[in-house]
Amino acid sequence: MSEVVQNEKVIVFQLKDEEYGVPIENVGSIERIQEITRVPRAPRFVKGVMNLRGVITPIIDLRERFDLEQTAYTESTRIIIVTIGDKNVGMIVDAANDVVDVPQNQVEPSPEVVGSVNADYIRGVAKIDQRLLVLLNLDKVLTEEEFDHLSTVES
Amino acid sequence: MESNQYLDIFIDESKENLQVVNDQLLNLEKDSTNLSIVDEIFRAAHTLKGMAATMGYEDLSDLTHKMENVLDAIRQEQLTVTTDVMDVLLDSVEYLEDMISDISEGGSGAKEVESIVSKLKAIESGEAVAETPSEVTVNESSNNSFSIDQFERTVIQQAQSDGQFIYQIRVTLTEDCLLKVARVYMVFEVLEQNGEVIKSVPTVDELENEAFDQEFELILVSSESAEDLQGKILKVSEVSQVDVEPFSLDTKTAEEEVAATVHAPENSSETKEETVESKKAAGNKTIRVNIDRLDALMNLFEEMVIDRGRLEQISDELDHNDLKGTVERISRISGDLQNIILTMRMVPIDQVFNRFPRMVRQLTRDLGKKIDMQIEGAETELDRTVIDEIGDPLVHLIRNAVDHGIETPDQRLETGKNEEGKLLLKAFHSGNHVFVQIKDDGKGINQDKVLAKAIENGVITQEQSTSLTSKQINELILESGFSTAQEVSDISGRGVGLDVVKSTIESLGGSIEIESELGQGTTFTIQLPLTLSIISVMLVVIENETYAIPLSSIIETAVIKKSEIMKAHNKEVIDFRGNIVPLVDLKEVFEVPSDHEVEDEFYSVVVVRKGDQMAGLVVDSFIGQQEIVLKGLGNYLSNIFAISGATILGNGEVALIVDSNALIK
Repeated sequence: MSEVVQNEKVIVFQLKDEEYGVPIENVGSIERIQEITRVPRAPRFVKGVMNLRGVITPIIDLRERFDLEQTAYTESTRIIIVTIGDKNVGMIVDAANDVVDVPQNQVEPSPEVVGSVNADYIRGVAKIDQRLLVLLNLDKVLTEEEFDHLSTVES
Repeated sequence: MESNQYLDIFIDESKENLQVVNDQLLNLEKDSTNLSIVDEIFRAAHTLKGMAATMGYEDLSDLTHKMENVLDAIRQEQLTVTTDVMDVLLDSVEYLEDMISDISEGGSGAKEVESIVSKLKAIESGEAVAETPSEVTVNESSNNSFSIDQFERTVIQQAQSDGQFIYQIRVTLTEDCLLKVARVYMVFEVLEQNGEVIKSVPTVDELENEAFDQEFELILVSSESAEDLQGKILKVSEVSQVDVEPFSLDTKTAEEEVAATVHAPENSSETKEETVESKKAAGNKTIRVNIDRLDALMNLFEEMVIDRGRLEQISDELDHNDLKGTVERISRISGDLQNIILTMRMVPIDQVFNRFPRMVRQLTRDLGKKIDMQIEGAETELDRTVIDEIGDPLVHLIRNAVDHGIETPDQRLETGKNEEGKLLLKAFHSGNHVFVQIKDDGKGINQDKVLAKAIENGVITQEQSTSLTSKQINELILESGFSTAQEVSDISGRGVGLDVVKSTIESLGGSIEIESELGQGTTFTIQLPLTLSIISVMLVVIENETYAIPLSSIIETAVIKKSEIMKAHNKEVIDFRGNIVPLVDLKEVFEVPSDHEVEDEFYSVVVVRKGDQMAGLVVDSFIGQQEIVLKGLGNYLSNIFAISGATILGNGEVALIVDSNALIK
């Protein structure tokens, strides 16, 4: 009996030397880096706001969000515009260049595989061929509660 | 036969007519002998009835009809205007409003009207001396089976005076006719090409549902001859017989005419007035536009304002003469365009005000008070978005004035005031703002009580209470968790309220002030912006960042020497035209990253105000004044301190808008 495998299409992006995936239906567009206006007293990982074709769009820096070291933006730096519920947010990533089908049975819920990173913004890890893909829980990526929690841990 | 396209018009016009009825009823109550007011009510009610009947809302037309009878009796001076009569009439208006709002929400407009109808009937029959109903109930005379109501009568009379013929047509279909509805439709089609069908028996609805046998009758206004009409209708297949007879109101039963003669001359004069009025209305040349379209227009224009800013900047950079000229022209034209679009969205504040007289009337009766309510400046215009929002705050303030402000007649007489309290609702333009005042001549705000209460409820501390100005004390009643009512009443004083009023008004970019004198009364003044979407700002620079400060809160800008800065309580202040104004360094507030420590000899200061308080915002430099489109930061960043929104500048960059209210404490 052949098993019917549900596939999930995800946009793959890079952050440092790891690959992450976000569901394609949450992604509005992928933009090149452009002028970002800093918003004072916003959460640490919120870079500011950007003019996305006439719409003011908040931008968060995923490196900052995931506590990775900062690097200068390069030619390949991209902003992925995602929509979660009623929120429109752009995420700065190192590169975004792939769309892959992730079979549901390839997703492992346990984040232990990634080692040190153990956060609830990770939905699971998928292994496709030789690549490891960290699937994100976008809701948790955006929420400030998580940020508050992190900052208390830090201090 | 398709009525949907008329539904919107029907609803709009019904609301207007009902408003007229409502307003004039209240006038009538004040001036019960003025019969011209009754005429006006009658006219509006009559139009309403006619339209409701045409649209097939029977309960609506029924109730209006009964109202009309009562009004008619008043007009004939067979009935005097008493409070009871007014109550029932106003109740009827309320019923009618409910029905119309039901219809506008897609309902059928049906409502149980028995009780109110019977009340109207009781008034009509109990107190009327000699009832002479002008309407004709179903009349089975030998000549015809039509019941002609006053509306149709009017149309017929008008047609006759225009030299048109009125026919009564009986159409009989063949017995084996299969598609009766189709035939009926074809007959109507033929007739409507040649005239106007005023009435049919059975009704159009029944005809559409095939609720008839082989024949139906109708009344037609036409300039064609009877033979031509007969011939044309007979051309429709499966029509077996057509009788066309002239129809005349005079063929109505004689006794009815006698009964109606009393009204006849008046009715005809009524008719004339009506035609005059409708001609006048047609001369106004207005059209109804869906508000969504206006919003879409506004959105497109906002895009254009952004691009206009961009063009201006590019032409400055290129410094090309022809380009500059063209861009200036575009700027000027789009400025004019902006004014037109903004005025198109303006509606008179009357839309909000008009529901208050009845509300106050009801409140005064419930509370046993006497209040004379005056409205001024109801024609003052405001942006629709603002109008939609200020209704509730105003209701709150008016209820508050009636409940807490104005005393009972006994108390008033004791303090030597007129028994009747005065409540003034006033709107006026001033600069880029609209002011709305609610003024009562009641007992005013008892500041000792307010202070005691504020301390008790923890709004302020004992120490703070000594340093407050009288104005600040008054404004304590707007703080949350504050209610001065000794007993919680139905009208107001649920402990929530005035603070909601304040926050609503502030969210609209407005402000509220209170003036009060103990024993003399209280005045609430609300200041509102004319529009919410495009505002004038002052652009300023802090390090590499650009911020926009709304012009409405700026008093002026100044460049001051460092030596002029004084210290008070360890805070930097300046002497600004005799006032001590604290300085707020925006660089610190906004945590602007700075890579150099240059101590400037001069400070650029924007002096802003919130009510009576002022503050000087220290910036690096001024860019200038600009019109910008206000945009939100999105749902994700909804609560950023001292930032009320953002805008897109000419170069496509985003500038944040400073909420100076948050910076003044």
